[in-house]
Amino acid sequence: MSAVALPRPELRDPAWARRVFGASVAAVLLVPLLVATEFRPWVLVEPDNLKVTLRFLGDFLPPKVDPEFLALVAREAWRTVAIATAGIALALVLAIPLTLASSAALSVSALAGRMHALPFALRQSVRGLLIVLRSVPELVWALVFVRVVGLGPTAGVLAIALTYSGMLGKVYGEILESGEAHPATALLRNGAGRLQAFFYGLLPTNAAELTSYTVYRWECAIRSSAVLGFVGAGGLGMQMDMSMKMFNGSEVSTMLLAFIFLVWLADLASAALRRALG
Amino acid sequence: MSVVARPAEAANLPYKAPPPIFHARCLACWVLVGVAALVAASFATLDLRWSQFFSVESMQRMGRFAGELLSPATEAKFLARLAAASLETLAMSAVGTLLAAAFGLLLAVPASRGHAGDRALARAPTRLLLNALRSIPELVSAALLVVSAGLGPFAGTLALAAHTTGVLGRLFAEAIENAPPGPGFALRAAGVGEARVFLYATLPQVAPQLLSYTLYRWENNIRAAAVLGVVGAGGLGQMLAFHMGLFQMGETSSILIAMMLLVALVDVGSYLLRRALAR
Repeated sequence: MSAVALPRPELRDPAWARRVFGASVAAVLLVPLLVATEFRPWVLVEPDNLKVTLRFLGDFLPPKVDPEFLALVAREAWRTVAIATAGIALALVLAIPLTLASSAALSVSALAGRMHALPFALRQSVRGLLIVLRSVPELVWALVFVRVVGLGPTAGVLAIALTYSGMLGKVYGEILESGEAHPATALLRNGAGRLQAFFYGLLPTNAAELTSYTVYRWECAIRSSAVLGFVGAGGLGMQMDMSMKMFNGSEVSTMLLAFIFLVWLADLASAALRRALG
Repeated sequence: MSVVARPAEAANLPYKAPPPIFHARCLACWVLVGVAALVAASFATLDLRWSQFFSVESMQRMGRFAGELLSPATEAKFLARLAAASLETLAMSAVGTLLAAAFGLLLAVPASRGHAGDRALARAPTRLLLNALRSIPELVSAALLVVSAGLGPFAGTLALAAHTTGVLGRLFAEAIENAPPGPGFALRAAGVGEARVFLYATLPQVAPQLLSYTLYRWENNIRAAAVLGVVGAGGLGQMLAFHMGLFQMGETSSILIAMMLLVALVDVGSYLLRRALAR
């Protein structure tokens, strides 16, 4: 009758060997990562650092709300939106022709089977250009343009225009090629020009998707134009950077709140626009 | 009783003018007018210095920049530092994402309604916290954290973790709320406590989804980590800001190439991984 004495049920784990092995492998992998990132959480609570942090954070409350400063914040917030809007407008100027040049849906030679070598090479090189534009982060473009045109919104507008034209161009191309191809090919077969095929064949069916993606990107651009200010490209970020360098916590907290409000507002506007147009 | 054919229903429909392009009830037209006004106001109020941008002087400067960018620096010592900075960027993104996944999961539990009877009192405040974390960009929190954690990759890692916690916490909470409730009900009906219901019923069901969200964010974070250093938070960005500040365009160009390679590597890697997982 006596059975083998089993350990208590919660101590019986059939997979324990695997678990221990997995955990030790993870630990071995994690250590060099933690070393590389100089992961020392205790520096946060060292007395010297803690004093600075607490004084800075203590300054956060209450946020600075005198009317003059609020007017400045409002002006900078508008500049942030304006940089994003102007950047997207310029990006569209660049992205639309590049999309038209790169979209295989508007190829005349592809109607007869395979695209000819020359137009194929042209389309691929335009796509390559779009990839290059997209793969350099806007912050890097901003750093470059700040050195060329000086501090101010021009650098931010140009940086957003270049990066976002790459993103918009690529996604526009994908939208056009994934949509219904029939109307456009029918038009092209019957002798319509590429632009006519685009306006009457591709645009009507894809307009909602194209607009909604553009609005979404505008929202992203507002976020990134606030960040671009940190390298001197104007707007809310630039003011925030200055206040941070002077350890002025109350100004920073007002601007952080303004930024969160702005992003929330852009989120709402973009959602409403997409609902109205979609 | 004879049926009279009305002339209006002849084979050809009567001529009808197309609707006017702009009329007061056309919502899209008003939106379009609004957008045009916004764009015009943006260009009008920004002091854009196009004349300066298109001036001969700045064109020359651009040309010189571009020329110097085409000759990247390749001394062995510099390349070793570049490799170290690239690894640092990768490590920052990995540790930041890991921390964020852990904290995101911790916050996702109170931020989700486990079952219909759950009062979930902490749901609204936790979600507010997650939204606040999410809406502050990494770069801004990095600039703030440099104050308390000092210059270097640690500040960048924490900044990535903070922003990503907000993003992942929210995604995790949605995943937990959308998990099929059956297994949880079964355990609950057998009298198992909430903690173990989560560990043995909910978590195993949503784990693959959580993993794929985390991997997706890691991909984003590598991109973000590459530029975070611009405010002094370590990695390739810090090197970039340093060398660009000194106008050493050869070094700058190598760093830019390293950044692009890193991002391309991540793109290819995640594409292959996704394809492998989809099979």
